[in-house]
Amino acid sequence: MMIAVELGLIYAVMALGVYLTFRILDFADLTVDGSFTTGASIAAVGIVSGMPPALATSLALLGGMAAGLVTGLLHTRGRINGLLAGILTQIALYSVNLRIMGKANVPLLRESTLITPLKDADLVGTWASVGMFLAVAVVILALLVWFLHTDIGLAMRATGDNPDMIRSFGVNTDHQKLLGLALSNGLVALCGAIIAQYQGFADIGMGIGMIVAGLASVIIGQAVLGRSSVAIAATAVVLGSVLYRVVIYLALKAGLNPNDMKLISAVLVVLALVVPQWKGFARMGGFMRRRMTAMAETPLVEKEG
Amino acid sequence: MLTIENVRMTFFPGTLNARVALDDVSLQLAPGDFVTVIGSNGAGKSTLLNVVAGTLRADSGTVRIDGRDVTRMSDHQRARYIGRVFQNPAAGTAPHMTIEENLAMALERGRRRGLRLGVTNAKRARFRQELTALEQGLETRLGDWVSLLSGGQRQALSLLMATFSEPKILLLDEHTAALDPQRAALVTRLTAEIVERFGLTTLMVTHNMDQALKLGNRLIMMHEGRIVLDLDAEAKSKMTAKGLLAEFEKVKGDALDDSLLQ
Ligand SMILES: Nc1ncnc2c1ncn2[C@@H]1O[C@H](COP(=O)(O)OP(=O)(O)OP(=O)(O)O)[C@@H](O)[C@H]1O
Ligand SMILES: [Mg+2]
Repeated sequence: MMIAVELGLIYAVMALGVYLTFRILDFADLTVDGSFTTGASIAAVGIVSGMPPALATSLALLGGMAAGLVTGLLHTRGRINGLLAGILTQIALYSVNLRIMGKANVPLLRESTLITPLKDADLVGTWASVGMFLAVAVVILALLVWFLHTDIGLAMRATGDNPDMIRSFGVNTDHQKLLGLALSNGLVALCGAIIAQYQGFADIGMGIGMIVAGLASVIIGQAVLGRSSVAIAATAVVLGSVLYRVVIYLALKAGLNPNDMKLISAVLVVLALVVPQWKGFARMGGFMRRRMTAMAETPLVEKEG
Repeated sequence: MLTIENVRMTFFPGTLNARVALDDVSLQLAPGDFVTVIGSNGAGKSTLLNVVAGTLRADSGTVRIDGRDVTRMSDHQRARYIGRVFQNPAAGTAPHMTIEENLAMALERGRRRGLRLGVTNAKRARFRQELTALEQGLETRLGDWVSLLSGGQRQALSLLMATFSEPKILLLDEHTAALDPQRAALVTRLTAEIVERFGLTTLMVTHNMDQALKLGNRLIMMHEGRIVLDLDAEAKSKMTAKGLLAEFEKVKGDALDDSLLQ
Protein backbone atom coordinates (compact mmCIF):
# COMPACT_ATOMS: atom_id res chain seq x y z
CA MET A 1 0.00 0.00 0.00
CA MET A 2 2.78 2.44 0.91
CA ILE A 3 4.47 1.50 -2.35
CA ALA A 4 1.29 2.38 -4.22
CA VAL A 5 1.11 5.79 -2.51
CA GLU A 6 4.78 6.36 -3.25
CA LEU A 7 4.31 5.47 -6.92
CA GLY A 8 1.26 7.68 -7.05
CA LEU A 9 3.32 10.63 -5.82
CA ILE A 10 6.07 10.00 -8.39
CA TYR A 11 3.59 9.57 -11.22
CA ALA A 12 1.89 12.79 -10.06
CA VAL A 13 4.73 14.66 -11.79
CA MET A 14 3.66 13.07 -15.08
CA ALA A 15 -0.02 13.69 -14.32
CA LEU A 16 0.68 17.38 -13.71
CA GLY A 17 2.23 17.50 -17.17
CA VAL A 18 -0.88 15.89 -18.64
CA TYR A 19 -3.03 18.38 -16.72
CA LEU A 20 -1.12 21.25 -18.31
CA THR A 21 -1.98 20.15 -21.85
CA PHE A 22 -5.32 18.42 -21.33
CA ARG A 23 -6.97 20.95 -19.03
CA ILE A 24 -5.02 24.18 -19.41
CA LEU A 25 -4.36 24.10 -23.17
CA ASP A 26 -7.41 21.94 -23.96
CA PHE A 27 -5.07 19.76 -26.01
CA ALA A 28 -5.12 15.95 -25.75
CA ASP A 29 -1.42 15.29 -26.17
CA LEU A 30 -0.50 11.69 -26.93
CA THR A 31 3.23 12.46 -27.08
CA VAL A 32 3.30 11.42 -23.43
CA ASP A 33 3.65 7.66 -24.04
CA GLY A 34 6.82 8.36 -26.00
CA SER A 35 8.32 11.22 -24.01
CA PHE A 36 7.98 9.28 -20.74
CA THR A 37 10.27 6.59 -22.15
CA THR A 38 12.53 9.25 -23.63
CA GLY A 39 13.08 10.62 -20.15
CA ALA A 40 13.73 7.16 -18.75
CA SER A 41 16.17 6.24 -21.52
CA ILE A 42 18.16 9.46 -21.34
CA ALA A 43 18.50 9.20 -17.58
CA ALA A 44 19.41 5.48 -17.71
CA VAL A 45 21.97 5.82 -20.47
CA GLY A 46 23.41 8.92 -18.85
CA ILE A 47 23.81 7.22 -15.48
CA VAL A 48 25.28 4.04 -16.98
CA SER A 49 27.83 6.13 -18.84
CA GLY A 50 28.92 7.67 -15.55
CA MET A 51 27.06 10.97 -15.45
CA PRO A 52 25.94 12.30 -12.06
CA PRO A 53 22.32 11.14 -11.66
CA ALA A 54 21.08 14.71 -11.14
CA LEU A 55 22.63 15.80 -14.44
CA ALA A 56 21.23 12.77 -16.29
CA THR A 57 17.80 13.52 -14.85
CA SER A 58 18.01 17.17 -15.94
CA LEU A 59 18.97 16.08 -19.45
CA ALA A 60 15.94 13.78 -19.45
CA LEU A 61 13.75 16.79 -18.68
CA LEU A 62 15.26 18.70 -21.59
CA GLY A 63 14.77 15.70 -23.88
CA GLY A 64 11.08 15.61 -22.97
CA MET A 65 10.76 19.34 -23.66
CA ALA A 66 12.25 18.82 -27.11
CA ALA A 67 9.73 16.05 -27.79
CA GLY A 68 6.88 18.34 -26.75
CA LEU A 69 8.27 21.05 -29.00
CA VAL A 70 8.17 18.66 -31.98
CA THR A 71 4.49 17.90 -31.38
CA GLY A 72 3.86 21.62 -30.97
CA LEU A 73 5.59 22.48 -34.24
CA LEU A 74 3.71 19.77 -36.11
CA HIS A 75 0.49 21.21 -34.75
CA THR A 76 1.15 24.96 -35.07
CA ARG A 77 3.45 25.19 -38.10
CA GLY A 78 2.35 22.00 -39.84
CA ARG A 79 -1.31 22.65 -39.03
CA ILE A 80 -1.77 18.99 -38.17
CA ASN A 81 -4.58 18.15 -35.77
CA GLY A 82 -3.34 17.94 -32.20
CA LEU A 83 -4.25 14.30 -31.60
CA LEU A 84 -2.52 13.22 -34.78
CA ALA A 85 0.55 15.39 -34.11
CA GLY A 86 0.94 13.71 -30.72
CA ILE A 87 0.55 10.22 -32.14
CA LEU A 88 3.13 10.93 -34.85
CA THR A 89 5.70 12.14 -32.34
CA GLN A 90 4.92 9.24 -30.05
CA ILE A 91 5.55 6.69 -32.82
CA ALA A 92 8.71 8.46 -33.95
CA LEU A 93 9.97 8.53 -30.36
CA TYR A 94 9.75 4.75 -30.17
CA SER A 95 12.61 4.54 -32.65
CA VAL A 96 14.44 7.47 -31.08
CA ASN A 97 14.23 5.85 -27.66
CA LEU A 98 15.64 2.58 -29.03
CA ARG A 99 18.49 4.58 -30.55
CA ILE A 100 19.18 6.30 -27.23
CA MET A 101 19.25 3.04 -25.29
CA GLY A 102 20.81 0.94 -28.04
CA LYS A 103 18.66 -1.97 -26.89
CA ALA A 104 15.19 -2.53 -25.46
CA ASN A 105 16.21 -2.50 -21.80
CA VAL A 106 18.92 -0.73 -19.78
CA PRO A 107 19.36 -2.06 -16.22
CA LEU A 108 20.52 0.31 -13.47
CA LEU A 109 20.82 -2.23 -10.69
CA ARG A 110 24.40 -1.60 -9.67
CA GLU A 111 24.46 2.09 -10.57
CA SER A 112 24.26 4.90 -8.13
CA THR A 113 21.02 6.85 -8.81
CA LEU A 114 18.95 9.56 -7.15
CA ILE A 115 17.03 6.78 -5.39
CA THR A 116 20.10 4.88 -4.16
CA PRO A 117 20.31 6.73 -0.82
CA LEU A 118 16.70 5.75 -0.10
CA LYS A 119 17.35 2.16 -1.04
CA ASP A 120 20.58 1.96 0.95
CA ALA A 121 18.82 3.29 4.04
CA ASP A 122 16.06 0.75 3.39
CA LEU A 123 13.47 3.50 3.35
CA VAL A 124 11.57 2.57 0.18
CA GLY A 125 7.91 1.99 0.98
CA THR A 126 8.10 3.67 4.39
CA TRP A 127 6.59 6.89 5.69
CA ALA A 128 9.96 8.57 5.29
CA SER A 129 10.15 7.98 1.55
CA VAL A 130 6.45 8.77 1.11
CA GLY A 131 7.20 12.07 2.82
CA MET A 132 10.14 12.73 0.51
CA PHE A 133 8.21 12.01 -2.64
CA LEU A 134 5.34 14.06 -1.30
CA ALA A 135 7.73 16.98 -0.83
CA VAL A 136 8.94 16.64 -4.43
CA ALA A 137 5.37 16.49 -5.76
CA VAL A 138 4.34 19.51 -3.67
CA VAL A 139 7.29 21.60 -4.85
CA ILE A 140 6.49 20.87 -8.50
CA LEU A 141 2.79 21.47 -7.83
CA ALA A 142 3.55 24.81 -6.20
CA LEU A 143 5.83 25.87 -9.06
CA LEU A 144 3.17 24.96 -11.61
CA VAL A 145 0.40 26.81 -9.74
CA TRP A 146 2.65 29.86 -9.37
CA PHE A 147 3.53 29.75 -13.07
CA LEU A 148 -0.14 29.61 -14.05
CA HIS A 149 -0.71 32.87 -12.17
CA THR A 150 2.08 34.81 -13.86
CA ASP A 151 1.41 36.96 -16.93
CA ILE A 152 2.65 34.18 -19.20
CA GLY A 153 0.65 31.61 -17.25
CA LEU A 154 -2.55 33.63 -17.58
CA ALA A 155 -1.95 33.90 -21.33
CA MET A 156 -1.45 30.14 -21.51
CA ARG A 157 -4.69 29.47 -19.64
CA ALA A 158 -6.58 31.86 -21.90
CA THR A 159 -5.08 30.11 -24.93
CA GLY A 160 -6.97 27.00 -23.84
CA ASP A 161 -10.06 28.89 -22.69
CA ASN A 162 -10.65 31.48 -25.42
CA PRO A 163 -7.84 31.70 -27.99
CA ASP A 164 -9.49 34.43 -30.10
CA MET A 165 -9.83 36.62 -27.06
CA ILE A 166 -6.21 36.34 -25.94
CA ARG A 167 -4.95 36.88 -29.49
CA SER A 168 -6.92 40.12 -29.53
CA PHE A 169 -4.77 41.17 -26.57
CA GLY A 170 -1.54 40.53 -28.43
CA VAL A 171 -0.62 36.98 -27.45
CA ASN A 172 0.72 34.57 -30.05
CA THR A 173 -1.29 31.49 -29.14
CA ASP A 174 1.00 29.24 -31.17
CA HIS A 175 3.90 30.22 -28.91
CA GLN A 176 1.81 29.47 -25.85
CA LYS A 177 1.00 26.00 -27.17
CA LEU A 178 4.67 25.33 -27.92
CA LEU A 179 5.68 26.43 -24.44
CA GLY A 180 2.90 24.44 -22.78
CA LEU A 181 3.68 21.27 -24.71
CA ALA A 182 7.38 21.62 -23.94
CA LEU A 183 6.78 22.14 -20.21
CA SER A 184 4.28 19.31 -20.09
CA ASN A 185 6.50 16.77 -21.78
CA GLY A 186 9.44 18.00 -19.74
CA LEU A 187 7.53 17.02 -16.60
CA VAL A 188 6.52 13.71 -18.16
CA ALA A 189 10.13 12.88 -19.07
CA LEU A 190 11.31 13.95 -15.63
CA CYS A 191 8.84 11.48 -14.17
CA GLY A 192 10.08 8.77 -16.56
CA ALA A 193 13.64 9.45 -15.41
CA ILE A 194 12.69 9.11 -11.74
CA ILE A 195 10.67 5.94 -12.38
CA ALA A 196 13.61 4.35 -14.23
CA GLN A 197 15.83 5.02 -11.24
CA TYR A 198 13.16 3.90 -8.81
CA GLN A 199 12.52 0.56 -10.50
CA GLY A 200 16.15 0.08 -11.51
CA PHE A 201 15.82 -0.07 -15.28
CA ALA A 202 14.56 1.72 -18.37
CA ASP A 203 12.48 -0.26 -20.80
CA ILE A 204 11.25 0.59 -24.29
CA GLY A 205 7.68 -0.37 -23.37
CA MET A 206 7.44 1.48 -20.06
CA GLY A 207 5.58 4.46 -21.53
CA ILE A 208 2.73 2.48 -23.04
CA GLY A 209 -0.58 3.62 -21.57
CA MET A 210 1.00 6.54 -19.67
CA ILE A 211 -1.41 9.02 -21.24
CA VAL A 212 -4.34 7.00 -19.96
CA ALA A 213 -2.83 6.88 -16.48
CA GLY A 214 -2.29 10.64 -16.66
CA LEU A 215 -5.81 11.34 -17.85
CA ALA A 216 -7.18 8.98 -15.20
CA SER A 217 -5.33 10.92 -12.50
CA VAL A 218 -6.61 14.26 -13.78
CA ILE A 219 -10.17 13.07 -14.17
CA ILE A 220 -10.41 11.02 -10.96
CA GLY A 221 -8.81 13.75 -8.87
CA GLN A 222 -11.01 16.48 -10.26
CA ALA A 223 -14.11 14.31 -9.84
CA VAL A 224 -13.23 14.27 -6.12
CA LEU A 225 -11.88 17.75 -5.44
CA GLY A 226 -13.40 19.72 -8.33
CA ARG A 227 -11.61 22.42 -10.29
CA SER A 228 -12.96 25.65 -8.96
CA SER A 229 -9.50 27.22 -9.04
CA VAL A 230 -6.15 26.36 -10.57
CA ALA A 231 -4.69 25.53 -7.15
CA ILE A 232 -7.53 23.12 -6.36
CA ALA A 233 -7.54 21.57 -9.83
CA ALA A 234 -3.77 20.95 -9.78
CA THR A 235 -3.84 19.60 -6.23
CA ALA A 236 -6.64 17.30 -7.35
CA VAL A 237 -4.31 15.91 -10.01
CA VAL A 238 -1.74 14.86 -7.40
CA LEU A 239 -4.47 13.32 -5.30
CA GLY A 240 -5.91 11.61 -8.38
CA SER A 241 -2.56 10.10 -9.21
CA VAL A 242 -2.28 8.56 -5.75
CA LEU A 243 -5.89 7.31 -5.84
CA TYR A 244 -5.27 5.77 -9.25
CA ARG A 245 -2.24 3.80 -8.07
CA VAL A 246 -4.04 2.70 -4.93
CA VAL A 247 -7.00 1.43 -6.95
CA ILE A 248 -4.66 -0.45 -9.29
CA TYR A 249 -2.89 -1.91 -6.27
CA LEU A 250 -6.16 -3.03 -4.73
CA ALA A 251 -7.30 -4.52 -8.02
CA LEU A 252 -4.11 -6.54 -8.28
CA LYS A 253 -4.43 -7.56 -4.68
CA ALA A 254 -7.97 -8.75 -5.38
CA GLY A 255 -6.46 -11.26 -7.75
CA LEU A 256 -6.39 -9.48 -11.10
CA ASN A 257 -3.45 -10.22 -13.37
CA PRO A 258 -0.79 -7.49 -13.93
CA ASN A 259 -1.51 -7.95 -17.63
CA ASP A 260 -5.01 -6.65 -16.95
CA MET A 261 -3.60 -3.31 -15.75
CA LYS A 262 -4.21 -1.47 -19.02
CA LEU A 263 -7.78 -2.72 -19.13
CA ILE A 264 -8.32 -1.61 -15.55
CA SER A 265 -6.88 1.82 -16.39
CA ALA A 266 -9.18 2.26 -19.35
CA VAL A 267 -12.20 1.13 -17.33
CA LEU A 268 -11.24 3.55 -14.55
CA VAL A 269 -11.14 6.49 -16.95
CA VAL A 270 -14.48 5.48 -18.43
CA LEU A 271 -15.98 5.19 -14.95
CA ALA A 272 -14.58 8.55 -13.88
CA LEU A 273 -16.11 10.11 -16.98
CA VAL A 274 -19.46 8.34 -16.88
CA VAL A 275 -20.32 8.00 -13.19
CA PRO A 276 -20.29 11.75 -12.45
CA GLN A 277 -23.06 12.17 -15.05
CA TRP A 278 -25.47 10.23 -12.91
CA LYS A 279 -27.83 11.98 -10.47
CA GLY A 280 -26.23 14.64 -8.33
CA PHE A 281 -23.08 14.66 -10.43
CA ALA A 282 -24.99 15.34 -13.64
CA ARG A 283 -23.92 18.94 -14.08
CA MET A 284 -20.18 18.46 -13.83
CA GLY A 285 -20.21 15.27 -15.83
CA GLY A 286 -22.08 16.98 -18.62
CA PHE A 287 -19.31 19.52 -18.83
CA MET A 288 -16.65 16.83 -19.12
CA ARG A 289 -18.63 14.89 -21.66
CA ARG A 290 -18.97 17.98 -23.80
CA ARG A 291 -15.23 18.43 -23.59
CA MET A 292 -14.56 14.85 -24.60
CA THR A 293 -17.00 14.90 -27.53
CA ALA A 294 -15.64 18.24 -28.67
CA MET A 295 -12.20 16.61 -28.68
CA ALA A 296 -13.40 13.58 -30.59
CA GLU A 297 -15.03 15.75 -33.23
CA THR A 298 -12.04 17.86 -34.16
CA PRO A 299 -11.01 17.28 -37.77
CA LEU A 300 -7.77 15.43 -38.48
CA VAL A 301 -6.16 18.19 -40.51
CA GLU A 302 -7.00 21.78 -39.79
CA LYS A 303 -7.70 24.44 -42.33
CA GLU A 304 -5.22 27.15 -43.12
CA GLY A 305 -6.55 30.12 -41.24
CA MET B 1 -5.07 57.68 -37.20
CA LEU B 2 -6.60 54.88 -39.27
CA THR B 3 -6.16 54.77 -43.02
CA ILE B 4 -7.74 52.11 -45.18
CA GLU B 5 -6.77 52.31 -48.84
CA ASN B 6 -8.30 50.45 -51.77
CA VAL B 7 -9.02 47.31 -49.79
CA ARG B 8 -10.49 44.39 -51.70
CA MET B 9 -11.55 41.12 -50.19
CA THR B 10 -13.13 38.18 -52.02
CA PHE B 11 -14.20 34.97 -50.34
CA PHE B 12 -13.77 31.76 -52.34
CA PRO B 13 -12.12 33.60 -55.27
CA GLY B 14 -12.26 31.89 -58.64
CA THR B 15 -15.15 29.61 -57.71
CA LEU B 16 -18.86 29.72 -58.39
CA ASN B 17 -19.32 30.80 -54.80
CA ALA B 18 -16.95 33.76 -55.15
CA ARG B 19 -18.26 36.53 -52.96
CA VAL B 20 -16.88 40.06 -53.05
CA ALA B 21 -17.08 41.23 -49.45
CA LEU B 22 -15.07 44.44 -49.85
CA ASP B 23 -14.94 46.20 -53.18
CA ASP B 24 -12.19 48.83 -53.22
CA VAL B 25 -12.93 50.38 -49.84
CA SER B 26 -11.03 53.45 -48.69
CA LEU B 27 -11.61 55.23 -45.41
CA GLN B 28 -9.67 57.68 -43.25
CA LEU B 29 -10.23 58.32 -39.59
CA ALA B 30 -8.67 61.31 -37.83
CA PRO B 31 -7.53 60.88 -34.22
CA GLY B 32 -10.58 60.81 -31.94
CA ASP B 33 -13.02 60.12 -34.77
CA PHE B 34 -15.96 57.98 -33.72
CA VAL B 35 -17.53 56.50 -36.85
CA THR B 36 -20.73 54.48 -36.78
CA VAL B 37 -21.15 51.92 -39.58
CA ILE B 38 -24.53 50.76 -40.83
CA GLY B 39 -25.61 48.56 -43.73
CA SER B 40 -27.71 45.52 -44.54
CA ASN B 41 -26.69 41.94 -43.77
CA GLY B 42 -23.73 40.85 -45.82
CA ALA B 43 -22.73 44.43 -46.69
CA GLY B 44 -19.15 43.77 -45.56
CA LYS B 45 -19.11 45.61 -42.23
CA SER B 46 -17.67 42.77 -40.18
CA THR B 47 -15.22 41.94 -42.95
CA LEU B 48 -13.98 45.54 -42.90
CA LEU B 49 -13.38 45.37 -39.14
CA ASN B 50 -11.68 41.99 -39.49
CA VAL B 51 -9.35 43.35 -42.16
CA VAL B 52 -8.44 46.26 -39.88
CA ALA B 53 -7.82 43.89 -36.95
CA GLY B 54 -5.86 41.42 -39.06
CA THR B 55 -8.06 38.40 -38.41
CA LEU B 56 -8.67 38.51 -42.18
CA ARG B 57 -6.00 39.38 -44.72
CA ALA B 58 -7.26 41.56 -47.60
CA ASP B 59 -6.52 40.50 -51.18
CA SER B 60 -5.14 43.95 -51.91
CA GLY B 61 -4.98 47.40 -50.40
CA THR B 62 -3.29 48.72 -47.29
CA VAL B 63 -4.19 49.39 -43.68
CA ARG B 64 -2.24 52.02 -41.74
CA ILE B 65 -2.54 52.78 -38.07
CA ASP B 66 -1.02 56.03 -36.86
CA GLY B 67 1.11 56.17 -39.99
CA ARG B 68 2.43 52.63 -39.59
CA ASP B 69 1.68 50.12 -42.34
CA VAL B 70 0.18 47.10 -40.56
CA THR B 71 -1.13 45.33 -43.66
CA ARG B 72 1.27 42.43 -43.25
CA MET B 73 1.04 42.11 -39.48
CA SER B 74 -0.91 39.21 -38.00
CA ASP B 75 -3.83 39.86 -35.66
CA HIS B 76 -1.89 39.35 -32.44
CA GLN B 77 0.85 41.70 -33.60
CA ARG B 78 -1.68 44.44 -34.36
CA ALA B 79 -3.48 43.83 -31.10
CA ARG B 80 -1.22 46.34 -29.34
CA TYR B 81 -2.94 49.10 -31.34
CA ILE B 82 -6.47 47.71 -31.48
CA GLY B 83 -9.17 46.97 -28.91
CA ARG B 84 -12.18 44.92 -29.99
CA VAL B 85 -15.61 44.04 -28.67
CA PHE B 86 -17.68 41.46 -30.50
CA GLN B 87 -21.38 40.78 -30.87
CA ASN B 88 -21.20 37.57 -28.84
CA PRO B 89 -20.66 38.47 -25.15
CA ALA B 90 -18.71 35.20 -24.71
CA ALA B 91 -16.14 36.17 -27.34
CA GLY B 92 -14.31 38.91 -25.46
CA THR B 93 -13.48 37.16 -22.17
CA ALA B 94 -12.02 33.89 -20.91
CA PRO B 95 -14.96 32.18 -19.13
CA HIS B 96 -13.01 29.89 -16.79
CA MET B 97 -10.78 32.62 -15.49
CA THR B 98 -11.67 35.19 -12.88
CA ILE B 99 -12.71 38.77 -13.53
CA GLU B 100 -9.41 40.06 -12.15
CA GLU B 101 -7.40 37.61 -14.24
CA ASN B 102 -9.25 38.70 -17.37
CA LEU B 103 -8.57 42.34 -16.56
CA ALA B 104 -4.90 41.60 -15.85
CA MET B 105 -4.50 39.96 -19.25
CA ALA B 106 -6.18 42.92 -20.92
CA LEU B 107 -3.95 45.38 -19.11
CA GLU B 108 -0.88 43.68 -20.61
CA ARG B 109 -2.13 44.33 -24.13
CA GLY B 110 0.73 44.23 -26.58
CA ARG B 111 3.40 44.13 -23.89
CA ARG B 112 5.99 41.43 -23.46
CA ARG B 113 4.57 39.04 -20.86
CA GLY B 114 6.92 37.69 -18.23
CA LEU B 115 7.00 35.72 -15.01
CA ARG B 116 5.58 38.38 -12.74
CA LEU B 117 2.35 37.61 -10.95
CA GLY B 118 -0.53 38.64 -13.20
CA VAL B 119 -2.79 39.94 -10.44
CA THR B 120 -1.25 42.09 -7.71
CA ASN B 121 -2.88 44.13 -4.96
CA ALA B 122 -2.00 47.36 -6.73
CA LYS B 123 -3.74 46.14 -9.87
CA ARG B 124 -6.71 44.91 -7.85
CA ALA B 125 -7.25 48.39 -6.48
CA ARG B 126 -7.24 49.82 -10.00
CA PHE B 127 -9.60 47.09 -11.28
CA ARG B 128 -12.01 47.77 -8.44
CA GLN B 129 -12.06 51.44 -9.30
CA GLU B 130 -12.61 50.80 -13.03
CA LEU B 131 -15.33 48.23 -12.36
CA THR B 132 -17.17 50.58 -10.02
CA ALA B 133 -17.57 52.97 -12.94
CA LEU B 134 -19.41 50.23 -14.86
CA GLU B 135 -22.12 50.16 -12.16
CA GLN B 136 -22.59 46.41 -12.53
CA GLY B 137 -21.61 45.48 -8.99
CA LEU B 138 -18.59 43.65 -10.38
CA GLU B 139 -16.13 45.44 -8.10
CA THR B 140 -17.04 43.04 -5.29
CA ARG B 141 -16.71 39.95 -7.48
CA LEU B 142 -13.09 40.16 -8.65
CA GLY B 143 -12.47 36.49 -7.88
CA ASP B 144 -15.55 35.12 -9.66
CA TRP B 145 -15.30 33.20 -12.92
CA VAL B 146 -16.48 35.28 -15.84
CA SER B 147 -18.78 32.43 -16.89
CA LEU B 148 -20.94 33.34 -13.89
CA LEU B 149 -21.74 36.79 -15.31
CA SER B 150 -24.80 37.76 -17.34
CA GLY B 151 -24.42 38.67 -21.01
CA GLY B 152 -24.71 42.37 -20.25
CA GLN B 153 -22.14 42.21 -17.47
CA ARG B 154 -19.75 40.31 -19.69
CA GLN B 155 -20.19 42.83 -22.46
CA ALA B 156 -19.55 45.72 -20.06
CA LEU B 157 -16.43 43.88 -18.86
CA SER B 158 -15.34 43.21 -22.46
CA LEU B 159 -15.74 46.90 -23.22
CA LEU B 160 -13.59 47.85 -20.24
CA MET B 161 -10.96 45.23 -21.16
CA ALA B 162 -10.86 46.42 -24.76
CA THR B 163 -10.40 50.06 -23.81
CA PHE B 164 -8.63 50.67 -20.51
CA SER B 165 -5.17 50.02 -21.90
CA GLU B 166 -5.98 52.88 -24.30
CA PRO B 167 -5.48 51.30 -27.73
CA LYS B 168 -5.15 53.57 -30.75
CA ILE B 169 -8.20 52.06 -32.43
CA LEU B 170 -11.41 50.64 -30.98
CA LEU B 171 -13.50 48.25 -33.12
CA LEU B 172 -17.06 47.47 -32.02
CA ASP B 173 -19.07 44.96 -34.05
CA GLU B 174 -22.75 45.03 -33.05
CA HIS B 175 -21.60 44.78 -29.47
CA THR B 176 -25.03 45.59 -28.07
CA ALA B 177 -27.05 43.42 -30.47
CA ALA B 178 -27.21 40.34 -28.25
CA LEU B 179 -28.45 42.24 -25.19
CA ASP B 180 -31.94 43.04 -24.00
CA PRO B 181 -32.99 46.68 -24.59
CA GLN B 182 -32.14 47.80 -21.05
CA ARG B 183 -28.67 46.26 -21.04
CA ALA B 184 -28.09 47.46 -24.59
CA ALA B 185 -28.90 51.01 -23.50
CA LEU B 186 -26.50 50.68 -20.60
CA VAL B 187 -23.62 49.34 -22.73
CA THR B 188 -24.34 52.06 -25.29
CA ARG B 189 -24.04 54.70 -22.59
CA LEU B 190 -20.82 53.14 -21.28
CA THR B 191 -19.43 53.08 -24.79
CA ALA B 192 -20.05 56.78 -25.24
CA GLU B 193 -18.47 57.56 -21.86
CA ILE B 194 -15.40 55.41 -22.36
CA VAL B 195 -14.69 56.55 -25.91
CA GLU B 196 -15.00 60.13 -24.72
CA ARG B 197 -12.83 59.58 -21.65
CA PHE B 198 -9.92 57.99 -23.54
CA GLY B 199 -10.50 59.89 -26.79
CA LEU B 200 -10.43 56.61 -28.72
CA THR B 201 -10.58 56.48 -32.50
CA THR B 202 -13.54 54.19 -33.01
CA LEU B 203 -15.36 52.19 -35.68
CA MET B 204 -18.73 50.92 -34.45
CA VAL B 205 -20.98 48.62 -36.49
CA THR B 206 -24.66 48.65 -35.56
CA HIS B 207 -28.06 47.79 -37.00
CA ASN B 208 -29.74 50.24 -34.66
CA MET B 209 -30.35 53.49 -36.55
CA ASP B 210 -30.95 55.55 -33.41
CA GLN B 211 -27.73 54.30 -31.89
CA ALA B 212 -25.85 55.02 -35.12
CA LEU B 213 -27.16 58.57 -35.11
CA LYS B 214 -26.77 59.23 -31.40
CA LEU B 215 -23.18 58.07 -31.04
CA GLY B 216 -20.10 59.33 -32.80
CA ASN B 217 -19.19 62.24 -35.03
CA ARG B 218 -19.49 60.53 -38.41
CA LEU B 219 -21.63 57.86 -40.05
CA ILE B 220 -20.99 55.59 -43.01
CA MET B 221 -23.36 53.23 -44.77
CA MET B 222 -22.08 50.14 -46.56
CA HIS B 223 -23.73 48.12 -49.27
CA GLU B 224 -22.38 45.15 -51.20
CA GLY B 225 -18.81 45.77 -50.17
CA ARG B 226 -18.79 49.51 -50.79
CA ILE B 227 -19.19 52.65 -48.73
CA VAL B 228 -22.28 54.23 -50.26
CA LEU B 229 -22.88 57.08 -47.82
CA ASP B 230 -20.51 59.10 -45.65
CA LEU B 231 -22.00 61.73 -43.34
CA ASP B 232 -19.83 64.17 -41.42
CA ALA B 233 -20.77 65.46 -37.97
CA GLU B 234 -22.98 68.20 -39.31
CA ALA B 235 -24.84 66.10 -41.89
CA LYS B 236 -25.20 63.39 -39.29
CA SER B 237 -26.75 65.70 -36.72
CA LYS B 238 -29.41 66.65 -39.26
CA MET B 239 -30.09 63.07 -40.33
CA THR B 240 -33.02 61.09 -38.93
CA ALA B 241 -33.67 57.35 -38.66
CA LYS B 242 -36.35 57.78 -41.30
CA GLY B 243 -33.90 59.55 -43.57
CA LEU B 244 -31.42 56.69 -43.19
CA LEU B 245 -34.06 54.11 -44.08
CA ALA B 246 -34.86 56.14 -47.19
CA GLU B 247 -31.17 56.06 -48.10
CA PHE B 248 -31.22 52.29 -47.63
CA GLU B 249 -34.13 51.94 -49.99
CA LYS B 250 -32.35 54.13 -52.49
CA VAL B 251 -29.14 52.05 -52.65
CA LYS B 252 -31.14 48.86 -52.75
CA GLY B 253 -33.26 50.28 -55.56
CA ASP B 254 -30.13 51.32 -57.45
CA ALA B 255 -28.69 47.86 -57.04
CA LEU B 256 -31.93 46.39 -58.29
CA ASP B 257 -31.92 48.68 -61.32
CA ASP B 258 -28.34 47.66 -62.04
CA SER B 259 -29.16 44.00 -61.96
CA LEU B 260 -32.23 44.54 -64.12
CA LEU B 261 -30.17 46.40 -66.70
CA GLN B 262 -27.62 43.62 -66.97
N1 LIG C 1 -15.60 33.65 -43.32
C1 LIG C 1 -16.32 33.85 -44.45
N2 LIG C 1 -16.30 32.94 -45.43
C2 LIG C 1 -17.00 33.15 -46.56
N3 LIG C 1 -17.74 34.22 -46.80
C3 LIG C 1 -17.81 35.17 -45.85
C4 LIG C 1 -17.10 35.03 -44.63
N4 LIG C 1 -17.34 36.12 -43.88
C5 LIG C 1 -18.16 36.89 -44.60
N5 LIG C 1 -18.45 36.34 -45.79
C6 LIG C 1 -19.27 36.91 -46.86
O1 LIG C 1 -18.83 38.23 -47.09
C7 LIG C 1 -19.92 39.12 -47.22
C8 LIG C 1 -19.81 40.21 -46.18
O2 LIG C 1 -20.02 39.64 -44.89
P1 LIG C 1 -19.90 40.44 -43.54
O3 LIG C 1 -19.93 39.48 -42.44
O4 LIG C 1 -18.76 41.38 -43.62
O5 LIG C 1 -21.26 41.28 -43.58
P2 LIG C 1 -21.85 42.24 -42.48
O6 LIG C 1 -22.02 43.54 -43.13
O7 LIG C 1 -21.06 42.21 -41.24
O8 LIG C 1 -23.27 41.58 -42.25
P3 LIG C 1 -24.13 41.41 -40.90
O9 LIG C 1 -24.88 42.67 -40.75
O10 LIG C 1 -25.04 40.28 -41.23
O11 LIG C 1 -23.21 41.12 -39.79
C9 LIG C 1 -21.17 38.27 -47.08
O12 LIG C 1 -21.64 37.99 -48.36
C10 LIG C 1 -20.72 37.03 -46.40
O13 LIG C 1 -21.47 35.93 -46.86
MG1 LIG D 1 -21.39 41.46 -39.23
